[in-house]
Amino acid sequence: MGTVFKFGDNIDTDVILPGKYLNITDENALAEACMDGYEERFATKIKPGDIFVAGENFGCGSSREHAPISIKAAGVKCIVAASFARIFYRNAINIGLPVLESPEAVAHFMEGDNCDVNLSEGVIVDKKTGEKFLVNAYPQRIQAIIEKGGLISYVKDVIKERD
Amino acid sequence: MGMTITEKIIAQHAGLPEVHSGELVAVLVDGILTNDISGPLALKEFEKIGVDKVFDKEKIFLLMDHFTSNANIQAATNCKYCRDFAKKQSITHFYDSGRVGIEHAFLPEKGLVLPGQIILGGDSHTCTYGALGAFSTGVGSTDIAAAMVLGETWLRIPESVKCIYHGNLKDYVAGKDLILLTIGKIGVSGARYKAIEFAGEVIDGLSVDSRLTMCNMAIEAGAKNGIMKANKAIKDYVSSFGQKAEAAVYYESDKDAIYEATIEFDVSDLEPQVALPSSPGNAVPVGECSNVMLDQVVIGSCTNGRMEDLRTAAKILKGKKTHPYLRTVIIPATIDIYRKAVEEGLIDIFIDAGAVVSTPTCGPCFGGHMGCLAAGEKAISTTNRNFVGRMGDPSSKLYLSGPAVAAASAIKGRIAHPKEVQ
Repeated sequence: MGTVFKFGDNIDTDVILPGKYLNITDENALAEACMDGYEERFATKIKPGDIFVAGENFGCGSSREHAPISIKAAGVKCIVAASFARIFYRNAINIGLPVLESPEAVAHFMEGDNCDVNLSEGVIVDKKTGEKFLVNAYPQRIQAIIEKGGLISYVKDVIKERD
Repeated sequence: MGMTITEKIIAQHAGLPEVHSGELVAVLVDGILTNDISGPLALKEFEKIGVDKVFDKEKIFLLMDHFTSNANIQAATNCKYCRDFAKKQSITHFYDSGRVGIEHAFLPEKGLVLPGQIILGGDSHTCTYGALGAFSTGVGSTDIAAAMVLGETWLRIPESVKCIYHGNLKDYVAGKDLILLTIGKIGVSGARYKAIEFAGEVIDGLSVDSRLTMCNMAIEAGAKNGIMKANKAIKDYVSSFGQKAEAAVYYESDKDAIYEATIEFDVSDLEPQVALPSSPGNAVPVGECSNVMLDQVVIGSCTNGRMEDLRTAAKILKGKKTHPYLRTVIIPATIDIYRKAVEEGLIDIFIDAGAVVSTPTCGPCFGGHMGCLAAGEKAISTTNRNFVGRMGDPSSKLYLSGPAVAAASAIKGRIAHPKEVQ
């Protein structure tokens, strides 16, 4: 179970991880800078298992993988959004950060709500009211990457099969 | 069923007779681009996969262009890591300071990306090469690492939106104004996951540089790629690469290709456009914001750092001085553009006007270096994004425009229409 941080539409990657941090490659250092462009020292408020809930087009802008890495490394369990920007979505799947599209859940949850997400069943639950929101299944190819825990493990298996 | 240019290129690279929007396919890639930001993370992931060699050392473009010339120790460390990798893997196309250009200006200029190809780039503005009639799209570092091993990637076939432009452009109006108008109209999420196909007599008549500017910013509408049928200017440009150009394949969309939407623009009366803070979707005619006082002007980037842009700026700045309370930073996008600008006397014009001229770098565009903004400062820039804090302090404000408005604004010290200084 985690606490909801609620964001609006078009949260861009410069807000998630500002350009001045782009020469950092260490995950823990990136975690400290998570959402720094939204609010300074935002990352200090995040506890492991917390959940980001956002509007349309979350993660728009640059291709910087530093953005989803910082969110994952800060301890965020998953991001629920009305929709995701394309590159951010790919990056999150590739690094094993769960991203769920559910406009209904986004409309429902408020900042500070308690929320639980069952990733294998694709269910988002409001822990206070018990309300549930179902998420559509991923396309098969994306599901295969998720099941491997990310693209690198997936590629390792592809190579093994080729040999 | 008919196919779009985008679908035809993807089908060919997937080894399929036809593909249509919504399908997921694996495609072979002709080129993989990464830089000193996406590169270090990509190479780290590559090493985790545990293979000895990249799939093809000729097809990987490793360009040190963002924090270079090295802005600080961390930047130097990252570039060293990339350089060591390039040496170890004998990467043919590794470029660092002194040779490197801003990637999306450099690769087309060197004939390293061609019509009909699929190019994957660890940079969101990789969509630029659609101007040549290539399918190119941005991805993150892990996708780059996987493609460097496999030589392929997976793609969802995007729906296509067709944007058609009619009329004749007025003075001082070029590709940047057309794309700002377009993003203003459809919104920053308006083409999310989709292909934008630019068409119409205006696009057929557009210069290579203006076409690159337009496709460069397709991502700012959320698009997967921007694409244009090659016109005469592109065919002449590509044929100048001689033998290299033989790999070019020119595609056209079928008459019965499916478009999710078609949007038509009459641009005969279009004024130079400015995107207000803090979204590339906030386009207004320049006259609506000409009271904004400025602290900095930037002319350059993968969007507007090419010869046409520098010539436009020089024509306006010639014999004039930039405003004394304002910094003007001008960055030719590649070494060849820089040299040509020297030969044409443009650099003298810029220096005489009081501008600083830098070696090619992406620096100020993303707030990396070479022109960061202090708290509360305002700037106008020919770059592609004006998100909160994009060029520096989160309280700074950034306006986007083409080079004509930027140059005129540098003289006036406020946002200005180019005709105000002629």
